[in-house]
Amino acid sequence: MARAVKTNRKIVNTIAAWALGLLIFFPILWTILTSFKTEAQAIADPPVFFFFDWTLENYQVVQERSDYLRYLWNSVIIAGGSTLLGIIIAVPAAWSMAFVPSKRTKDILMWMLSTKMLPAVGVLYPIYLLFIKMGLLDSKIGLVAVLMLCNLPIIVWMLYTYFKEIPGEILEAARMDGASLKEEIIYVLTPMAIPGIASTVLLNIILAWNEAFWTLNLTAAKAAPLTAFIASYSSPEGLFYAKLSAASTMAIAPILILGWFSQKQLVRGLTFGAVK
Amino acid sequence: MATQHSRSAARLMMAPAVTLLLGWMLIPLIMTLYFSFRKYLPLRGGDLGWAGFDNYVRFVTSSAFWPSVQTTLIIVGGVLLITVVLGVLFALLLDQPMWGQGIVRILVIAPFFVMPTVSSLVWKNMFMDPVNGLLAHLWKFFGAEPVVWLTDASMFSIIMIVSWQWLPFATLILLTAIQSLDSEQLEAAEMDGAPVLARFGHIVLPHLSRAITIVVLIQTIFLLSIFAEIFVTTQGSFGTRTLTYLIFQRVLESQNVGLGSAGGVYAIILANIIAIFLMRIVGKNLDT
Repeated sequence: MARAVKTNRKIVNTIAAWALGLLIFFPILWTILTSFKTEAQAIADPPVFFFFDWTLENYQVVQERSDYLRYLWNSVIIAGGSTLLGIIIAVPAAWSMAFVPSKRTKDILMWMLSTKMLPAVGVLYPIYLLFIKMGLLDSKIGLVAVLMLCNLPIIVWMLYTYFKEIPGEILEAARMDGASLKEEIIYVLTPMAIPGIASTVLLNIILAWNEAFWTLNLTAAKAAPLTAFIASYSSPEGLFYAKLSAASTMAIAPILILGWFSQKQLVRGLTFGAVK
Repeated sequence: MATQHSRSAARLMMAPAVTLLLGWMLIPLIMTLYFSFRKYLPLRGGDLGWAGFDNYVRFVTSSAFWPSVQTTLIIVGGVLLITVVLGVLFALLLDQPMWGQGIVRILVIAPFFVMPTVSSLVWKNMFMDPVNGLLAHLWKFFGAEPVVWLTDASMFSIIMIVSWQWLPFATLILLTAIQSLDSEQLEAAEMDGAPVLARFGHIVLPHLSRAITIVVLIQTIFLLSIFAEIFVTTQGSFGTRTLTYLIFQRVLESQNVGLGSAGGVYAIILANIIAIFLMRIVGKNLDT
């Protein structure tokens, strides 16, 4: 009897949860489906869901007309570059804060977090001006630098919370055995820190890939990543739903896949370790 | 434990990150403060000297200021309300035993990974378009007149788009918090005959209060500065001009840097007031 009730409840839960999941996911699903339609089918009334003539034409057109691959490449360089640079700078900092904490460590961490609270629009013009003066406007290097600085607090924080979980005794043992600081980092710490670093990298690639304030304001044609490329579809000409869908699908697919892998780390990273 | 040697090494290792962030914070901040006291019009004469508090007074007294504050608060408040209430409900549902939990989780979390320009444009064109949008088809199917969403219900539409983006975040964090709840406590309450609502109100909700606070604070910081969602949908028209968008227009569109910078200082102050609360909660967590 009790078991039957439990099974019934499980069935109800399953149906409710799946309905909800599909409803939330629907806009993405619809975009993916539309990307394989012709423009006429994309606006058909009543809408067609699965039974249409699947075509890859839109993907081809998007690539030919606007050189999609160039924007993709810009996104890869900007998201990847800023993350890599951020990791290189953050690992030593997070390491020293986790293993050689001083009285001020907490203050420094809190201060780093506070820089993340600075609204970007408040410093839009200074950054814009500095970019013009330094010839960085519409350059990939400039965006790599800005996005690295934007995300550096999150990178340091995430690494710090991961490093904190590595037992200090192991480091002491290595030190007793006469390992130098350099050896300690390379042979003892790094292998234990790899999972934490990997999750940090993953989350930061996602954040940098989707960043849409600096990428929209500091780029034009040359260094524009996918966020800016998609924004150019906001002034449509004629039928364009299927092409918009194809471009959108290509822009979100890589990050959707990365994101699903990193959903657990997402919580920790975005709450600065406050929820694990 | 730490020797003098390792202390100085530690300081050296922190130096690049600290220096860079210090520069990234201070240099633009000082420039914004400086510009905010100047009459600075790059396209109409350049830097025309000191302006005292003129820009600050003009920014607040302009007819666009209070509506933009109101718009900002409605968007932030609306999105927070929707994402937190639905987030708690979704998290409770997803915590129940079911088949295919992992897949449902993936479906629910997906919108968070969609870049803001994509989600805004997809919603604007494929769902909210009054002629070809899916919602228009749906309305016509039920014999209703399609709504011109981004014109006639512009605020509602923006709130819907942004809520769709942030609901996964709230759900995921609240779900993580619920999963750390002691299930024995709940079962004991259930056996004692506590009704569902009482169990929720006395056990689940108090347990979630910290996570909810964090969700509210973090979302507020991000929501105060939403930009792309408005940039590609309404461009600030139809009453959707937020404070962020107003400053953007002053600085880059009308190239009144002094005025825009004064607005920027207001935005920074506003964000800092909220940040103080967030920092206190995160800081408490550092001690334990």
